[in-house]
Amino acid sequence: MLRTRIAVASRAFARGYATAKPPHALVFLEHRAGVIDSGSLSALTAAQQLGGELTGLVLGAPDEVKAVAEEAQKLKGVNTILHSASPQYATPLPEVVTPLLEKLLSDSSPFTHLVSAHSSSAKSILPRVAARLDVPAVSDITSVQYDAPSGETTFVRPIYAGNAISTVVASSDIPLKVFTVRSTAFAAAVPADAKAELKLVDPVEINDVSTTHIKTSLTKSDRPELGVASRIVSGGRALKNAETFEKTLYPLADVLGAAVGASRAAVDAGYADNSLQVGQTGKVVAPELYIAVGISGAIQHLAGMKDSKMIVAINKDADAPIFQVADAGLVADLFEAVPELTEKLKSA
Amino acid sequence: MRPSPARLLNILVPVKRAVDYAVKIRVNPQQTGIDTNVKHSMNPFDEIAVEEAVRLREKLKSSIESIKLVSIGPSKCSETLRTGLAMGADSAIHIETPDSAPAPEPLGVAKALRQIIAKQEGGIDIVILGKQAIDDDAGQTGQMLAGLLGWSQATFASKVDIDVEKKVATVLREIDGGSEEIRCRLPVIITTDLRWALAELSRSEPRYASLPNIMKAKKKPIEKLTPEQLGVDLTPRLQTIKVSEPPKRVGGAKVENVDQLIEKLKEAGFTAA
Repeated sequence: MLRTRIAVASRAFARGYATAKPPHALVFLEHRAGVIDSGSLSALTAAQQLGGELTGLVLGAPDEVKAVAEEAQKLKGVNTILHSASPQYATPLPEVVTPLLEKLLSDSSPFTHLVSAHSSSAKSILPRVAARLDVPAVSDITSVQYDAPSGETTFVRPIYAGNAISTVVASSDIPLKVFTVRSTAFAAAVPADAKAELKLVDPVEINDVSTTHIKTSLTKSDRPELGVASRIVSGGRALKNAETFEKTLYPLADVLGAAVGASRAAVDAGYADNSLQVGQTGKVVAPELYIAVGISGAIQHLAGMKDSKMIVAINKDADAPIFQVADAGLVADLFEAVPELTEKLKSA
Repeated sequence: MRPSPARLLNILVPVKRAVDYAVKIRVNPQQTGIDTNVKHSMNPFDEIAVEEAVRLREKLKSSIESIKLVSIGPSKCSETLRTGLAMGADSAIHIETPDSAPAPEPLGVAKALRQIIAKQEGGIDIVILGKQAIDDDAGQTGQMLAGLLGWSQATFASKVDIDVEKKVATVLREIDGGSEEIRCRLPVIITTDLRWALAELSRSEPRYASLPNIMKAKKKPIEKLTPEQLGVDLTPRLQTIKVSEPPKRVGGAKVENVDQLIEKLKEAGFTAA
């Protein structure tokens, strides 16, 4: 405790105003199988744009935390890595993780911002923490800026499924700004030569937790992960059934080294797994290349992919809204065009 | 002494009136918000929440004592509540705010809901909310409410089983890359994913309210309250300084055939991996 206070005092010269604390972000770093999630790496980049000190937080089971913390320690721009291990953190349930975050972020803490990826896990945890600390939260931001003289933080975020862009300001009256970051809007933080300081934090053990984890089932795939793939081939309802979906799209995805995505219609109809859904209610992606096959381009779907660099649409219906955003549109029967495209790409 | 009979469960379903999901929204010229003079309806995720509450009662029969709706907002929210009542809820609470009042933030809403829950004489065992509203896309209210109450939370639920005897809910959640199963002790806060489906049903699609049910819903009670009566301040703490149009994509270029498409892909640097 004393050490923290000295650290804060030594940074005091950097303050613009005596009242505003210098920005110091705590970034919740998620990991799976010993690897830090790419979304968390983007969240780090976003947090860096506040221009202040950066602390990462790694939680997990005792056998995995140390390795992840050491990986996190090498990331560019990070000053400190806090790590905490407990069997209870093996699957970070909000009910279990919140008390630790509450403790780290309570009144005397140096942190001004709590940051994470807009991942399913962090989306469950951060608002709970914010409410415990009686502060609002800002979701899925695409831009963040800190103004030193006023102590204000300005966020930009999409609303109405990305059909409007909202700019909101959190004044210095809000002691802690809690926000989640849209991964596709920020590059991933990269390793650097410097090493951040590692600090062990005692876990807050909770007896008699009201929620218990039973099991996790992950969809296995050899293809790149949808959220971070640079190329995506996505299919809609026009693919008819699960078998045709696979038979038509997978060869094209394989030729391009692309991930496979799906529209909500295709997921609802059972052609593809839930985890492949692209859109407002599924994943938001922004790959280099997005090929939409048999997707009409409903508002909800466009919300999930319209920031892709190049959009290609293949659809029988020349009036489908997807053609309004496509850089290259082909009006054709997908069952002829897609195999032809696959073959010709292969032999080219 | 004989054990007292298990208390019946009370369900609360908060619903939001939002711009209809099919409406192409337009940002107003002053850039303060969007043109709201368009069709509104119940937030689709909340519709699923109501539907699932009703299905829970169909499944658990007399174990469910009541399904109560609550909505916060201007006078027209009562229409949204009537829709939910026609779907099968028993009663509703409308926390009415002036038409000119800015939309409350999730934290304010969560605090109001906490007050509502505290006021319920029979208590509340299960709160079912949509996972997000399709207007502000925040996705925070359920988690915030769970935090304020210190209750269990099960977000992005796609399947829920309630064990009335043991007072636990087993929930399948949609997570990045797959699904997760958790067990929550009641009382619990559940937020619905699009595909919440009870075991015997393949898919969750909200039912349409029939005309007789719509007529019946008109007789169901809607209690009116003000934020002041609840002792909550719904003033937003974050300041929205601008709402703008997203950058327009210049699309629309069409190609004649697959060869031309490959040519375009090549130009952009995309070839077989």
